[in-house]
Amino acid sequence: MNISLTKLGLPALCLSVLLAGCSSAPVDETTSTIEDTTVQTASVEMEAETAPAMVEEIEEPTNNAATVFYFEFDKAILSDETRAALVEHAQFMMDYPTTIRLEGHADERGTREYNMALGERRANAVKEFLVLQSVSPGLIEVISYGEERAAAYGSNDDAWGLNRRVELK
Amino acid sequence: MLQKSIFLNRSVKIFLLSSILAIAPATAWGELVIRVTQGNDKPTIVAIPPMVMAGAQLSEDISSIVESDLERSGLFKVVPRNNMLSFPSDADDVYFRDWRLLGSEYLLVGAVTKDDDLIELSFSLLNVNAQNTVFKHSVRGTENQLRDLAHMASDKVYEEITGIRGAFSTRLAYVTADQVDGNFVYKLNVSDSDGARERLMLESSEPIMSPAWAPSGDELAYVSFETGRPAIWRQSLVTAARKQLTNFRGLNGAPAWSPDGKKLAMVLSKDGNPEIYILDLTSNKLSRLTRHFAIDTEPTWEPDGKSLLFTSDRGGTPQIYKLTVATKAVQRITFRGNYNARPSLAPDGRTLVVVHRESGVFHIATLDLKTRRMVELTETRLDESPTVAPNGAMVIYATKQGDRGVLSAVSLDAGIKYSLPAKSGDVREPAWSPFLR
Repeated sequence: MNISLTKLGLPALCLSVLLAGCSSAPVDETTSTIEDTTVQTASVEMEAETAPAMVEEIEEPTNNAATVFYFEFDKAILSDETRAALVEHAQFMMDYPTTIRLEGHADERGTREYNMALGERRANAVKEFLVLQSVSPGLIEVISYGEERAAAYGSNDDAWGLNRRVELK
Repeated sequence: MLQKSIFLNRSVKIFLLSSILAIAPATAWGELVIRVTQGNDKPTIVAIPPMVMAGAQLSEDISSIVESDLERSGLFKVVPRNNMLSFPSDADDVYFRDWRLLGSEYLLVGAVTKDDDLIELSFSLLNVNAQNTVFKHSVRGTENQLRDLAHMASDKVYEEITGIRGAFSTRLAYVTADQVDGNFVYKLNVSDSDGARERLMLESSEPIMSPAWAPSGDELAYVSFETGRPAIWRQSLVTAARKQLTNFRGLNGAPAWSPDGKKLAMVLSKDGNPEIYILDLTSNKLSRLTRHFAIDTEPTWEPDGKSLLFTSDRGGTPQIYKLTVATKAVQRITFRGNYNARPSLAPDGRTLVVVHRESGVFHIATLDLKTRRMVELTETRLDESPTVAPNGAMVIYATKQGDRGVLSAVSLDAGIKYSLPAKSGDVREPAWSPFLR
């Protein structure tokens, strides 16, 4: 589906949303520039192909690595893109120690309490990776919202792909 | 890294209720409206002429409440009021042949009288073919309790004809979610089992989840994120007083009252990952029951209170396991399919109701623990949160209609279906009360 849409030359916005929602490929590549928590809004302003973009007017130290990381159904495995972004976060946190909150989410499929556990497992996978990169566990708070706080609405693969996520705040 | 603003705009409102039995005059129907979509092939036909009070106007149409109760069960069909030749209120005024001509097998007649502040509903069930009175009964209450009196009459008729205790006088708890001006609004509501007399228990800008009835029927436990993190609370339906029970790091979820109401099973991940715990509500002592790196969640009690059923993905996919409280021994229960979760037991202690995935579609299914036979009860796509009526006749569950969460009901033999579409918002997580009183 993604391939045929690419041929149609759809705008970057649609493409990025579709890619992010694709359940069979690593999904966070096109959303790696998001620096706010609102997934859809941030996607609109970014181009599909950009690697982590740098905002130029630096007043205080900022870190522009992706802050939303996506997962497969019923899985908590970090994609290569997620790992790359987390390495950047870890580096930033070493230079500028600050507390962060990792919010784990699931798509609407499956039961609500199981999805709470799944959201936590995903957020913990991110936390463990950061700790392996020498970030102090004391700086990281993990919370799961399960399927209670959808980023995208609709009962389809695209929306589900956007909802299986961990948000770093 | 945005650390701030998470805790802004959080609001919680608690709603004070008068006693659950002394409810404000019913404002007709609540938010839920019921539509029967599939009934029994050979329903019992019953005629229920208007039950009125001489010289006064009642605020509720008792007969039509009983009619909808019985029709909703799928086992009855009512004779339309327009077809009736007379409106008898007493067995002595009944001409049986008129009712036989209308195809009616039973006739329920009754009348309301008032004595000081008490209303009395007297009713008789007549067998039209045998031309005799099956029973005569009366119930009493205040004028605010007309709906309760009507449901009690429904219970009596239902039990007499089907042999199964009626569950019309029970209640439903459920959660609604809405977005108003971009802000989330979560509400915990309690209504009658027919969706009428909806009452708001709690309103919050943060998620509310997993309502669970105390066996006494006068208290709920639930999960609220109002502190910024999930925590388990208990709240009285009589006084609306509430108390926070847990405040652990990580998950605080899936509360389930023990059959004696003295303990609460729950899920906590304070020790690293989700495990099943039991909180003794008298001593506040917490004991850990599971010890596994997998997800263990959604505990539910067996009727004897000696074991729990729960969901675990320790075998690679979510499946149902049984946990003996005394020994902490764990035994796998479900094997068919790669997703079986959220167990609950029907009152027979033998029919297990689960959320079951088959070919990527989530259904409500039953597993007979004796014969091992699994039956899919529902045909929709995203069914979850099944809750069994205390008489074991129906299961109410959450599903999707378009993009909206709605409640639906199905009988345990899958023969009867009705839906409870809400007028607005997203309705989820129904919890059927135990028998009340």
